[in-house]
Amino acid sequence: MNDNNTAMIDKYRNSFLREVEDNVEQGEWVKMCMQCGVCSGSCPFGPHWEHPPQELFMMIRAGKRDAVLGTESMWMCTSCYNCVVRCPREIPITHIMHGLANYAHRLGLAPKVNPTRRFAKIFWDNISKNGRVNETSLSIKLYFMDGYSAGVKRAVEMANTGLGMFRTKRLNPLALISYKGIENPKQLQSMLKKAREIEGRRKGYPG
Amino acid sequence: MTDRKIATYICGGCGLGDRLDLNQLEEIARIENKSDIVRTHDFLCNSEGVSQIRKDIDDEQVTHVVIAACSRRAKTGAFAFDDIAFTRANLREGVIWVRPDSEDMRETTQDMADDYLRMAGAEIQYMQQPEVDRSEDSNKKILVVGGGMSGMTAAVEAARAGYRILLVEKRGRLGGTAASLWKRTPTREPFSDPEDTGAGELIALVEREPNIETFLNSAISRTSGAPGRFSVDISRESGGTRTENVGAIVQASGFTRFDAGILSEYSYPASADVVDQHELEELARSAGGGRIKRPSDGKEVASVVFIQCAGQRSEKEGHLPYCSGFCCNASIKQAMYFKDCDPGIDTNIIYTDLRTPGNGEDFYRSAQRKGVTFTKGSVDAVSPESDQLNVSFTDLILDEQTAVNVDLVVLATGQVPNSGVSIELEDAAEESDRNAKTPDADQTAEVPVDSILNLTYRQGPDLPHLRNGFSDSHFICFPYETRRTGIYACGPVRRPMDIAQAIDDATGAALKAIQAVENAALGRGAHPRSGDLSFPRYRKEGCTQCKRCTVECPFGAIDEDEQRYPLFNEARCRRCGTCMGACPVRVISFDNYSIDTVGQQLKAVDMPDEFDEKPRILILACENDAYPALDMAAHQRREYNQFVRVVPIRCLGSVNAVWVTDALNAGYDGVMLMGCKKGDDYQCHFVKGSDMAHDRMGKINDSLQQLQLETERVETYEIEITDVDRVVELINDYSRKINEIGMNPFKGF
Repeated sequence: MNDNNTAMIDKYRNSFLREVEDNVEQGEWVKMCMQCGVCSGSCPFGPHWEHPPQELFMMIRAGKRDAVLGTESMWMCTSCYNCVVRCPREIPITHIMHGLANYAHRLGLAPKVNPTRRFAKIFWDNISKNGRVNETSLSIKLYFMDGYSAGVKRAVEMANTGLGMFRTKRLNPLALISYKGIENPKQLQSMLKKAREIEGRRKGYPG
Repeated sequence: MTDRKIATYICGGCGLGDRLDLNQLEEIARIENKSDIVRTHDFLCNSEGVSQIRKDIDDEQVTHVVIAACSRRAKTGAFAFDDIAFTRANLREGVIWVRPDSEDMRETTQDMADDYLRMAGAEIQYMQQPEVDRSEDSNKKILVVGGGMSGMTAAVEAARAGYRILLVEKRGRLGGTAASLWKRTPTREPFSDPEDTGAGELIALVEREPNIETFLNSAISRTSGAPGRFSVDISRESGGTRTENVGAIVQASGFTRFDAGILSEYSYPASADVVDQHELEELARSAGGGRIKRPSDGKEVASVVFIQCAGQRSEKEGHLPYCSGFCCNASIKQAMYFKDCDPGIDTNIIYTDLRTPGNGEDFYRSAQRKGVTFTKGSVDAVSPESDQLNVSFTDLILDEQTAVNVDLVVLATGQVPNSGVSIELEDAAEESDRNAKTPDADQTAEVPVDSILNLTYRQGPDLPHLRNGFSDSHFICFPYETRRTGIYACGPVRRPMDIAQAIDDATGAALKAIQAVENAALGRGAHPRSGDLSFPRYRKEGCTQCKRCTVECPFGAIDEDEQRYPLFNEARCRRCGTCMGACPVRVISFDNYSIDTVGQQLKAVDMPDEFDEKPRILILACENDAYPALDMAAHQRREYNQFVRVVPIRCLGSVNAVWVTDALNAGYDGVMLMGCKKGDDYQCHFVKGSDMAHDRMGKINDSLQQLQLETERVETYEIEITDVDRVVELINDYSRKINEIGMNPFKGF
């Protein structure tokens, strides 16, 4: 449990719905759900969600904070936007799912081993380092995400694709040694740091 | 009878001339039908043809006309003659459009046409143009019973159309339930906030309207008469009665609150902080837009739960089985009373199905925006806990048992119609009183209900109920119509509804009442035989006082006189002929529709003998649904059996058993009776006609067995107007069945 989490628990003692409205992207839409279940029925991954979107909305209203923020459900969203298109109440469900996932991550409540979360983290670290995505190092990080032998195995499986990409100049092995990102990545990093500070101040995160 | 002059017109248009031998038809008209004038025309419904008919009526003093052309439902604009008796032989939809145009079928097609012409000829012999009876002084005043939103709306609408209105209200003020509300659900864009009830303005309108005379603290102590000549006693609570004559009555007696006293699981009335919606309105009115205080200790309410469907939509003893329709919107409105005052107040609506008719969906969305919580769940119990109420419920989305503590609980209970005495129940009670002195006979005697109208009708003092005590009226086809002609029900006495719906309803009922007084003044029938001038007469010498007509009339049109003979009230009659069908001695008839007009038709059909292999099947088809379905089948050129002969009838209820036995004696091999859908969701235009016909024909089986005839020779069907395919299939299947059974052994006797 990190400091952000304790701070938020203190701030929104009674109302998880208020907490979501204040802190989750598009969270003010949660209360508009009328529990028709069209989102859950439309989701291509619907049967694999522990709590489908409409149930998550109900849990938020019922104040089930730990269950909502700790679930893997919203990490299942693939941004296909089926639910958003079909929702009779025009709720931006996809955005809310990502907003919830992000919020859970910020509070340190997101499931630790969730692959989507780990990919997102690797991607973010990669892009914020140079200001551009270094695809070579991103692929290698991903391949070796689950340890050395798993990484080798996956690399061998993908060898032909990799060679093909190399031949057509889609993959540059030299980028591992030197990758030229944007002109001044330090400036970007300080901008991101500042933005984070501002957000933290506005939302009352201590850390 | 001496000056009877019959003319027959045969049309050769629409292919009739090509398919049929018109000369042979002319021959039949002249010789068998004994027509004085017979004319053939290539295109009878054009202006030349019609003016020929008109000319014969005017110049040749023709009194009876047979038109042998298309169905009686076609070209009604062209063939409209008010001053003579006339009938139509259906040669187009009944013959050439339902039979194939081939050489080998020519003979049977001609047989069909010949028979239809003979039938029309026989019918016209026994028809009379009804005499119009306008001598009575018809009254056009309209009585409105009930001074709530529905009653006031009906009164204002009819008054503005120029009619004098008597508005009778039992309480000491107008406005009904609406006047005791704080606000109502919105009626205008953007449907987001509660708005003023509008009762005040409507009361002011009623008071300003010079055509309306209002009676407060008054009730109807007696109603007798018929449309155009009702006589009512208006009794004031303080004593004193005024007798008034009116032309029509609108009953807007509204509803009473469901008694939540049986909902002890919700701690009602044990806890003062559990209230129903009406009590919450009172709390809101006394708060006057400020913070609502709870009744027990006057503490400002910080959290409230609304329990939807309290004592409704439930089969439990004493609960209402139906949905009252207004209560979801009402709870949303009441939750806003709290939220609009302080968004921090917790408002939770616990529902199983949220139903928000009208523009309620926008209102619902607005409530969600305001932060009202909607929980799909069912409440198990409400119990006091310290100084709060513990509401324990099953969350139906999360599928778990849970509970909340709140300051106030509001029960969304339903509407109970204020429809007076249930005639059916009263009959049943009398029956059980008569039958046995069982110990529980006394227990069934419930609290006596006051009658609303105190009708002096033979069939009981109030409008008949359909279901759950609501006054009978056909929701879809004929709203506001009741089974008492000239009396129209509107508002929550007809079905549960909110203010907006009641206002619409009342406007419709006002129009119906205006129609009724105008029709009555012209001596015409009301819906569905609107404009019909005929009415039932009976031959007193033949009457056995069996009372079947007075009991079975679906509209309570027939009373009994001092000598217990039937007393017909023409203006109350809908001209269905159910009395005619009921009469065992066949003394009841209409001028243009009688035992003879139908009975002679079926006897006029040429009956081939047993060895001709030409069976005959008689179809008695209700003119409201079955006959149009047959016509539509013809329009689509569906083929049906060439051996059927169709006779249109006003209602299956008008079928007298003698027609059926006569048909079988005459040699028909089968009889199909086609009526409308019966039962609770009836489509019978005369409510009970189809029901009673099915009942009566069930009894005819015994006579068939006595005659050693197969019971399949008489079959009764329910046909909807859309059953175009089905009706053709039924006829063809039945024809096959008759072929299997074989010919009627009575042929030729």
